[in-house]
Amino acid sequence: MESPLTRDEIADLIRANTEKVFTTMLDLPIHAGPVTVQTTGAGEDGGVVSLVGFAGEWSGSGTIRCSGGLACAISAKLLLTDFDHVNDDVLDAIGEVANMIIGNFKDDAAYKLGPLGLSTPTVIYGDNFQARNWNGQSWTTVPFSCEGELFEVKICLVPSHALRGSLRPTGVGG
Amino acid sequence: MALDVLIVDDSTAIRKILLRVLSQTDLTIGDVLEAGDGVEALRILEERKVGLILSDINMPNMDGLQLLTSVRARPDWNSIAVIMITTEGSQAKVMEAVQMGAQGYVRKPFTAEQIKEKISSCLGSPAN
Repeated sequence: MESPLTRDEIADLIRANTEKVFTTMLDLPIHAGPVTVQTTGAGEDGGVVSLVGFAGEWSGSGTIRCSGGLACAISAKLLLTDFDHVNDDVLDAIGEVANMIIGNFKDDAAYKLGPLGLSTPTVIYGDNFQARNWNGQSWTTVPFSCEGELFEVKICLVPSHALRGSLRPTGVGG
Repeated sequence: MALDVLIVDDSTAIRKILLRVLSQTDLTIGDVLEAGDGVEALRILEERKVGLILSDINMPNMDGLQLLTSVRARPDWNSIAVIMITTEGSQAKVMEAVQMGAQGYVRKPFTAEQIKEKISSCLGSPAN
């Protein structure tokens, strides 16, 4: 089944919603780089990753990823409190940033994909871990530059019927 | 008379931001209570009277629309102003919340001014 959303349209929605969140709530300049397609999920280099799941006629995940240092800078802007290391407040703030970016993407995508449900965010902080999607589905990835560091947003969406009967576990391991 | 407020969101980050926004309004804010989901919010409401609820929609255990239904079903809670603050921005969700008795709806991401304006219009008094 061909997606009603092209990769370019997905990338445009990622860019627009990420910029909206950074402009409205963080007052941090952010610059999008060229879109890529990747077969692995978030976390190839570690850092702070937040993942939000989609469910409906289309299923998948959205993730954001950045270094611990950038996560602290983003959290400081959101909460107006300085952070010198990643703690529970930083993880919660990054989860909320993911919720807003992926949640707004979901609302925009739903115009073409139909109603989509959204999971609550899961946040992971660590080094040297990888995440994979069902059956190795690819991710549309938009890298952003923020405070001189990488902030990455990835989306993977597939028709739910394509997953039924062929489920293999998502791998998350160190 | 001071306005007691209940903030309901599973994100502590959003609760802290809303707490800060409330402190910046010209309203006389009394106690600000916090709940992480609808179940916790109902437990607080059984014990404390508030004039305003700021609630997320997507939360574990009991979501914001279920909370709104419970609040509107109780005559003694029916006068509480409820503003939904959520990433759920579809027109259908907005209409559903309004039909269920929400006085206002703010979509995340939001500015402090948007929250103040919404509180002001819901309470009929300037919050800025």
